[in-house]
Amino acid sequence: MAMHKFLIHNKGDDVGVATEDIRRGEEVTGVYMDTEGTISLVARGDIPLSHKIAVNDIPVGGAVTEYRVKIGLATQQIAAGDYVHVHNIRSARWSFDK
Amino acid sequence: MQLTGYRRCSGQVGIRNHVVVLPVDDISNTAAEGVARLIPDALAIPHPYGRLQFGEDLELHFRTLIGTATNPNIAAVIVIGIEPNWTERLAEGIRASGKPVEGFSIERSGDLNTIREAARVAQGFVQNASELQREPIELGDIWLSIKCGESDTTTGLASCPTVGRVVDQVVDAGGTVLFGETSELTGGEQLIAERCASDEVRARFQRAYDDYVSMIVSKGVDPFGSQPTQGNIRGGLSTIEEKALGNIEKTGTRPVVGVLGMAEAPKLPGLNFMDTSSAAAECITLMAAAGAVVHLFPTGQGNIVGHPIEPVIKLTGNPITARTMSEHIDLDVSGLLRREMTLDEAGDRLMEVVARTVNGRRTCAEALGHREFVLTKLYPSA
Repeated sequence: MAMHKFLIHNKGDDVGVATEDIRRGEEVTGVYMDTEGTISLVARGDIPLSHKIAVNDIPVGGAVTEYRVKIGLATQQIAAGDYVHVHNIRSARWSFDK
Repeated sequence: MQLTGYRRCSGQVGIRNHVVVLPVDDISNTAAEGVARLIPDALAIPHPYGRLQFGEDLELHFRTLIGTATNPNIAAVIVIGIEPNWTERLAEGIRASGKPVEGFSIERSGDLNTIREAARVAQGFVQNASELQREPIELGDIWLSIKCGESDTTTGLASCPTVGRVVDQVVDAGGTVLFGETSELTGGEQLIAERCASDEVRARFQRAYDDYVSMIVSKGVDPFGSQPTQGNIRGGLSTIEEKALGNIEKTGTRPVVGVLGMAEAPKLPGLNFMDTSSAAAECITLMAAAGAVVHLFPTGQGNIVGHPIEPVIKLTGNPITARTMSEHIDLDVSGLLRREMTLDEAGDRLMEVVARTVNGRRTCAEALGHREFVLTKLYPSA
């Protein structure tokens, strides 16, 4: 089995964290830190070390979960394998909408 | 490893033995630094405030200076102020702890005479302090503070949960731990509220949290870019909630027994929350003023902060930071990302660094001369 390239805090989280640089099109394995289970998917973007990869599809406006807790809302449709960052999610708490 | 420290007459235990020259106000920094130039083992702690402050802001100024001076990492204190009244107010506040202190005011003397007189006393304090001996202490004697900085997603994966392991051990040994960073709990504040030891503690925590967030919201601007910082965003953190959840990992799992105002000393051992800014030097300055003797500082992208008298231990889970900023990093836990070590092993390694630091080993920040001392100012002076 390939070495993991990302870690997910908890089963059910929508995102994992790249522990190495991930390239678009690469098939990568992630490890769930609570269950030790693994997941494999194809990266849909370049994801630098310490940045996030989606492990689930998330609709526009949908909650994004990490640590089993909502960390924000999707501002675009997100698919499993997508790079997740400030371009497609935002805080659900400190939103000073223009 | 047997821990050693300095037992002060206040009953608290210090891990350093500084003699400090503390200015009351900005314009006395030059004289304080003059004394430290003549007496190399005396440490001046300059700062930019202390004039025309009033009300709650003035109370915080004195509470922070008195608290810093009475921190058990300090053996004796020289106070220098421009005028005698506030100089004596600070000296008297320190004297109450039983610590050797003497105050000097500059008006009707000038810098040069003040420096000469204060240096003579400082010399005696340094010589006396050099005779104080380390004694065996217990882990439960330690007052620990925690605050992370320039966080990224590796902080929540590696360095913060590593600190959480040590925090639980210190609390279980009867020690005292301070955490703060009120705004950086946003998104996870309910997790802290759930851990409050009583409804009364919970209500005080919730009030402190709500007041701080109201202050931020009242400014009418999105703090994104300041909170989370540009460094946080560069490191992959996307929202304040994500940052907070990583941050909270370092508080471990034990109950929150107290809620403290800025620079307020804890009344109970165990995990205490202090209502602070999340800016590193402001937060650590307030925690050292509350009596914390050693600080654990998880960092992602590489915050390099230190403090004049409270050693700051830095750890990172980010392999790029560990490689490119190694002179600032006391412990590299990036092996957690590669799954080369377990969290228990990382916690054990951090506990060993804590023990060696307590026993006298200089931290990276101490060796590099990082002495950030930043007073929290509540509003403009009169």
